[in-house]
Amino acid sequence: MATLVDGPDALTGGKETQAPEAVVVRFAGDSGDGMQLTGGQFTLSTALAGNDLATFPDFPAEIRAPQGTLFGVSAFQINFGSTEIDTAGDQPDVLVAMNPAALKTNVGALKAGGLIIADTGEFNKRNLEKAKYEVNPLEDGSLEKWQLLAFDISALTLEAVKPFGLGNKEALRCKNMWTLGLALWMFDRDRQPLIDWLNAKFAKNPVLAEANVAALNAGHAYGETAELSGPLKQYHIAPVESEAGLYRTVTGAEAISLGLVAGAQLADLHMFFGGYPITPASAILHNLARLKEYGVTTFQAEDEIAAIASAIGASYAGQLGVTSSSGPGIALKGEAMGLAIMTELPLVIVNSQRGGPSTGLPTKTEQSDLYQAVYGRNGDAPMPVIASRSPSDCFEVAIEACRIAVEYMTPVMLLTDGYIANAAEPWKVPDPESFKPFPVTFLEEKNGPNGELLPFARDEKGARPWIKPGTAGLMHRIGGIEKNPGTGNIDYSPASHQIMTDARKAKVEGVANSIPLQEVNHGEASGKLVVVGWGSTYGPIYQAVRRARRKGLDVSHVHVRHIWPMPSNLGDLLKSYDKVLVPEMNTGQFKTVLRDQFLIDAQPLNKTSGQPFTIAEIEAAIEAALA
Amino acid sequence: MNEMTKIAVQTTLKDWETDQEVRWCPGCGDYAILKAVQRTLPEIGADPSNTVFVSGIGCSSRFPYYVESYGFHTIHGRAPAFATGIKLANPDLDVWLVTGDGDGMSIGGNHTMHILRRNVNVQILLFNNEIYGLTKGQFSPTSREGTNSPTSPLGSVDRPALPCAFALGSGARFIARAYDVSKNLPGVLKAAHAHKGAAFVEIFQNCIVYNKDRFDDFVAKGVADQNQLWLTDGEPMLFGSEKSGGVKGIALDMETLSLKVVDVLDGDWQAAGVIVHNVKNRALAHMLVEMPFGPFPMALGVIYDDARPSYEEVLLGQDEQARKGKDANLAKLLGKGQTWTVSGTAADPV
Repeated sequence: MATLVDGPDALTGGKETQAPEAVVVRFAGDSGDGMQLTGGQFTLSTALAGNDLATFPDFPAEIRAPQGTLFGVSAFQINFGSTEIDTAGDQPDVLVAMNPAALKTNVGALKAGGLIIADTGEFNKRNLEKAKYEVNPLEDGSLEKWQLLAFDISALTLEAVKPFGLGNKEALRCKNMWTLGLALWMFDRDRQPLIDWLNAKFAKNPVLAEANVAALNAGHAYGETAELSGPLKQYHIAPVESEAGLYRTVTGAEAISLGLVAGAQLADLHMFFGGYPITPASAILHNLARLKEYGVTTFQAEDEIAAIASAIGASYAGQLGVTSSSGPGIALKGEAMGLAIMTELPLVIVNSQRGGPSTGLPTKTEQSDLYQAVYGRNGDAPMPVIASRSPSDCFEVAIEACRIAVEYMTPVMLLTDGYIANAAEPWKVPDPESFKPFPVTFLEEKNGPNGELLPFARDEKGARPWIKPGTAGLMHRIGGIEKNPGTGNIDYSPASHQIMTDARKAKVEGVANSIPLQEVNHGEASGKLVVVGWGSTYGPIYQAVRRARRKGLDVSHVHVRHIWPMPSNLGDLLKSYDKVLVPEMNTGQFKTVLRDQFLIDAQPLNKTSGQPFTIAEIEAAIEAALA
Repeated sequence: MNEMTKIAVQTTLKDWETDQEVRWCPGCGDYAILKAVQRTLPEIGADPSNTVFVSGIGCSSRFPYYVESYGFHTIHGRAPAFATGIKLANPDLDVWLVTGDGDGMSIGGNHTMHILRRNVNVQILLFNNEIYGLTKGQFSPTSREGTNSPTSPLGSVDRPALPCAFALGSGARFIARAYDVSKNLPGVLKAAHAHKGAAFVEIFQNCIVYNKDRFDDFVAKGVADQNQLWLTDGEPMLFGSEKSGGVKGIALDMETLSLKVVDVLDGDWQAAGVIVHNVKNRALAHMLVEMPFGPFPMALGVIYDDARPSYEEVLLGQDEQARKGKDANLAKLLGKGQTWTVSGTAADPV
């Protein structure tokens, strides 16, 4: 794939430069510099230009870390192009560094020959010291393997917004719009949607709106001027060829929220969402809190346990209970999950995974809760687990989680991660009519052969009836103590526990009968090597396999959505390859589950740096495996 | 109580008994409380199909299995959170929450606090036996200092929590106190049910095995009269009798702004400065729940009762308002925000 600096015509390489297929841009600055907002708006502009894209917001856990420090750097990376884009890009072609700390923490990732845009106004003694630079890197030649475009963005911004009489601090806050203006010029983008957005955002303060628009325009104009004299060039990335239809950008957290709303509607149920704030899961609670009209009740509970307990209470009372959290919160919910398993009530638990253990890496991504999801409860407590692979995939996966929960009367865990939750990608807006409804029927009359009530009688799927309190004459008691297989009355006799343990296990295993067989995502159904992934490693695995196959390597890609139970053909499928490689952002959890379930020699490829895999890392592992 | 329970249903005590064998120790105070509840339910016109008993873990939390209604025996300490979810999902249900001193004040103290401050419309019955019964006799958060138990062989050094003071501090709008075998218990339960919002009732309960007769200092025959202050709204706070050594009353010491015990001579309580109970007086409630037993009698009955709108009424009302005039079209929602259409390769902003 030709990229901005891949070929002989690098960014500054002369007039013959052709439009690259894809470009990776990283905006980096202080956590107060508005880099996430800049990135978000640039993403929108990219989407409107018809490019395919993937983003990677990467920010510190501190809300306003001390200014200018290395740990306070916030970055936003976007990969966009005229071909299919599946990852946020291994190495940026362009780095916008708003201060020395941003340069220092990010320049190492920049592709050789890539372009650095730096704000000299921030490269003062104080900021250089904070970034632990002894000499100004813009002046000592240390950046010579890259192209450097250094100019005083701070001063230029102040100049541009001067007519609006803002204070110095407020005026400097327009720097991100100035930078965005320059970026829009570089990639030949329409400014109008941004101007409309700024006017709407600052509707109550028209002066601020005008100042920001002025900064945006000034940055744009600077590009035009700089092109004439310096190294900056303008590129036009052609729109990607994609299926016709209506598109929008969506983050994983948004898609999960929408998928849950759709899932509840397909089940013909009101949704109850019990949540407790935690990074990176809170966004789902924020989104749903604004969707009351879609039959959603949101409840901010006093803690993680109360969040899941209230959701189970709501499910007991006949709504679709949903709760969401991240690793530490999921750990707290464990006992209540056991109760939902024991009382056989539907529930969806969304786990937006982050680095662990304990508080770990609150804002960084990891896939290390797989054991917790599959095994992490006391007793034999089987629970279906499914995982989404990308932001847009979250929509379907959320619907699937709702379906399994109500059809099988079971809690279901949906695994996503910090990367998917925050990252955005274009999404072809689905037609809700295209999903098959799975309406719930509540028990209305006694169901026993002798006219008695049997709350734990089972249907062909092994599911018990859902009985809403308030239904005339169906009074009964449920709880966490082992129960009689039919009446549900307390019964911890040896026979009863054996029967009920087996029944709970068989029911969850039976979910495999309702899910699609595992497909090969790329490549052949047998061969020398299969790369098996789950969750957000989809993008880098897919691209790495694609590149390796272009080089003629015999490698295929299988990406598993249903983690527990797994598709019934998965074992045979994996056994049809000579080698199995499992890249994961953990120390090898899915690899171990695959070994356990299928007795195959699955080999791990692990990364736990809080950063997603690069394509190159997986490609190298493929080459090593086939060497 | 639930104002949505429009039709009073005719039931008898028998209708509220389940076919389950009761598994409490013989002589346990829980039996008396169960009977009092089963006696109260017909009197308030409760409908078994619309009634839910929710509990946590502990001896008291087995309660739902013995009441012929809907019942949910949940996990240790979390019953208030389950009950909150149930009420938000279906506010028409009449929900009773049964907990104990360990369940409600120790492992679940946090949830007790939040259901009270939110004011979810449920009746909370906290059976206080001042001991962990089901785990065989360890001291509990309400055990008195110096309690000998398997985990405190030298006597517990923890200072006990006061459930009613905790409830009031958490913002409860209804607080009452009674004990297992009291003939007044059904009356207290009725008052709790009549209160709209979270109603907190502490019920002293005799653990026959691990803390036998712990409450005899005010429950035992012979001392009850001079050691129990039964509160009635609008009535003077009197206790004792001529037979038990004289009628006494509770008065306010104006110098120290605290309560004091005064003698009432010839029935002239006004002359003695005895206070008239007012269930809406929060300052008075604070003094009553803190009133130390020993120098003072045990305050029983309805201590505080001043209703405010319930949590579910306000929250669901807000949701209802938010829904007004809104079009809940899912297709529209999915296609919201800045979108573009693709026809072939050209993208046009919408």
